[in-house]
Formats: sequence, structure tokens, C-alpha cells
Amino acid sequence: MKTNLVTTLMAASAALFCAGAQADTGKLLLTGGVSSIDGAAGGGLTPWAVIGTHATDDEIGGSAFFTNVGTKDYGLNIVGAAVGFKDRFELSIAQQDLNTRGTGTALGLPGLHLKQTIVGAKARVLGDAILDSDTLMPQVAVGLEYKTLGSTGLDGTLNALGAKRHGLDLYVSATKLFLGNGVLVNGTLRATKANQNGLLGYGATLGGNQDRYSLQPEFSIGYQVSKNLVVGAEYRFMRNKLEKAGSVAGLGNGLRSEDWKDIFIAWAPNKNVSLTLAYVDLGVIVPATTASRKQTGYYLSAQVAF
Amino acid sequence: MKKSLASLTAKFLVTSTLLVASAAFAQQMAPKDDQLYKAFGQKAGLVALMDDFMVRLLADPRTEPHFKPANQQRVKEQLVEQLCELGGGPCVYKGADMKSSHSNLEIKKSDFHALVEVLQLSMDAKGIPFRKQGEMLALLAPMHRDIITPK
Repeated sequence: MKTNLVTTLMAASAALFCAGAQADTGKLLLTGGVSSIDGAAGGGLTPWAVIGTHATDDEIGGSAFFTNVGTKDYGLNIVGAAVGFKDRFELSIAQQDLNTRGTGTALGLPGLHLKQTIVGAKARVLGDAILDSDTLMPQVAVGLEYKTLGSTGLDGTLNALGAKRHGLDLYVSATKLFLGNGVLVNGTLRATKANQNGLLGYGATLGGNQDRYSLQPEFSIGYQVSKNLVVGAEYRFMRNKLEKAGSVAGLGNGLRSEDWKDIFIAWAPNKNVSLTLAYVDLGVIVPATTASRKQTGYYLSAQVAF
Repeated sequence: MKKSLASLTAKFLVTSTLLVASAAFAQQMAPKDDQLYKAFGQKAGLVALMDDFMVRLLADPRTEPHFKPANQQRVKEQLVEQLCELGGGPCVYKGADMKSSHSNLEIKKSDFHALVEVLQLSMDAKGIPFRKQGEMLALLAPMHRDIITPK
């Protein structure tokens, strides 16, 4: 059913494209951001206040993306799409597929894939990240991400840890491009219960953790090297409630999580295509099964927008 | 301990993000000498830039309808004056203010973006460095408030 959603959205986007309704009059190169891992327009790991696609004014734009992340012990494939309405609202969907490789086997679940679907909505509430270049006022947006983790052999474990298989993240983002020197800054504050962005469920009540939201900040900074090339870095704080639940379950710090970081380069050969390459450091992910190795690796993403 | 390290990192990132933002802003808004005017090739450079710009504006189906009916020579002259003054050159823009000169036109945000894109192409064609283009765009962009027709 979730797969159908993605397919429908992509088909709808394709239909829009074929109907010649592409919003090619819209924004400047790369100023709509790229597709984040959760589907919302932004950087790689975090959403920005920008509304994805090139649509402005009375236009509707669509985008679709594919992302592949490979770390020491995990592989992550993501497909998704987004629709931008009048540079005001954005709807997005993403489907993440985490290949646990050898770590699944270590858990007695060989071939374990954790699949998460994320439906997102974002609204620009004020400002213009690019055109208001004579003030410090950023573009500000609020958004939500509803995440659902598919049923797997890990369900029992997550249940025992007090983690649910669905959760809602709420965030506010502020983005500013300093046109005069090509510096882009974004700050996002996320209210979340997600463990490892939701791939290990939401909440972890075992051991007395309260089932409450926590606030996690996320930062991106970018530098426009040229009109179609941006380099930058991101830092995303991660909630670490599963560690305590894990230790009560006798796993020591085996379920610890750490902050996510990356350095990236994004290239837009034209208005319709962007490619992002990054070096990511996702900290430890289920260190019990990975000898506490830092999950460093590559991030590769391609987006088409119209 | 871990928690305080995280909160320290958070504070550091917030502080450095704000520092970068305000430094970037301060640099952008610093009182200008005539370096930008010079980077654009002074008066002769601006005249050549606007000649190129108008040709492209008339060739682009998105901007053509807005500039075809206009007195193109006059628009070019006024743009030269305006960019000369903004760049710190020895000019004073004497034309009508942006609000009244655009008040009877129907201009959408996408039209404004299209114009910026065409200007970028012209600046590229004239070999103006990307960083200098950004400095000029930062001075022009706030005019969107007066140029784009409010809804």
C-alpha cells in the first residue's frame, strides 16, 4: 500500500511533467535545496525552510529522488517524491530501506531489511531566504513527518524495548542565503521520539524512559562555489533513549546512538537535475552488532525537479 | 557527562551558526567603496552589460512580454545608472522609484526570478566573477518588495 503511494505520487509527478506544467520559470539554481533523507526539501540529513521544486507564485512543481547511503555495516536506499505548491506548501513522501547486512544475521535475523515510510508536509510561514538580502530575517517554515516502520522480525524486540512502529516528528526550520557572499545557513529544531530517525522505532519506555518528545537541533551550512555548485556540512543531533532501554534489557550500551554529520557537495548541471555526494558519519548504530564501529561512508543522491 | 558534551556541542553549533550568519550579513551590508563598480567594468562595462541584458530579455519568452513594449533604450540607461550607484560608482539614479515605475505592471515572483536568471547569464557572458555577481544581486534583490505586484 505504501509502495503504491510512492508509485502514485511519482506517476502524478510524471503526468504533471508530460502535461508541460513544469515550473521552469521559478527559482534560481539549487535554491530549492535537494531532497533530504526524509523526503522534505533541504540538505541531505535535515529539512530546510525552502519549499522544494522550482514552483513559485501560482505554480505547482514536482520532484523525485533516489538516494543510496553505504556505511561500514549498513546500506540504505531511499526513493521519494515531493510536490511544491506556489512556493508555500510542500508535500513529500519517502521510503527508506535499510539493509542490515551482517548485523541482522548477528541478531538472528539474516536478510533483515528495515523499511520506513515517511509522509511529510511543510509550510513556509514567513520570509524569503534569498530575496530579503538586506535583512537578517530568514525564511521560516514549519513541518511534520509522519513515519511508519514496516513489520519485521525485529517487532518483538522493539515492543519489548517500548518502541512503537509509528511516530510523528514536528519541526521548525529557518534558512538564509547571504547572496552577497554565497553563504547559506539553516537551523532546524525537531521535536521527535524517533530512535535512529525512526529506523529503530519511536520511543523507548523500557527502564523508565518517559514517552515524551525531545527537542533535537540540526544545522547546515553551505557555500556557493559557483552558480551550480554548493559545498557544505551538516550536523544533526540524535535522540539516544534506546541506550538506556537497551542497558535495562542487558545489552549494555549496545543500542546507543550518536549524532549524524556529513560534508557534502551538490551539483546542478541544469534546473531539472541535481546530484549530491557526501561523506557521512552516522555515529554508532546498534554497536552491539558492529563492534562499536562508527558508521562512516558515502551518500549519493540524484534528484529531478520540474 | 555525555549529555553535557552534547549540550556543549549544541551551544557551539548554535553560536558558530549565528556568528557565521552575522559575519556574512555584516560583510554583505558593509559600506561599499567603488570596488563593485570597478568589478563591473565601470560605466563602459555596465553599458555593455545592459546592451547584452536587453537582447537576452527580448529573446527569452518569459521576459519578452515585459520589455517589448518598454522604451528599451531608456530602461538600459536607467539600469546603468542604478547599478553604477549601487556599485559605489559616481552616479546618481534619477529615474522614478521602483514602486511607482512598476505599479501599473503585473509582475509575478516568477517574472522577477526569470529576470535575475537572465541577468546572471549576461553577467556570465561579460566575465563578471560569480562572487561579484552575488554582491550586486544582494543589492538588487530587496527591490522585489516594490517590483512584484502584491496579491
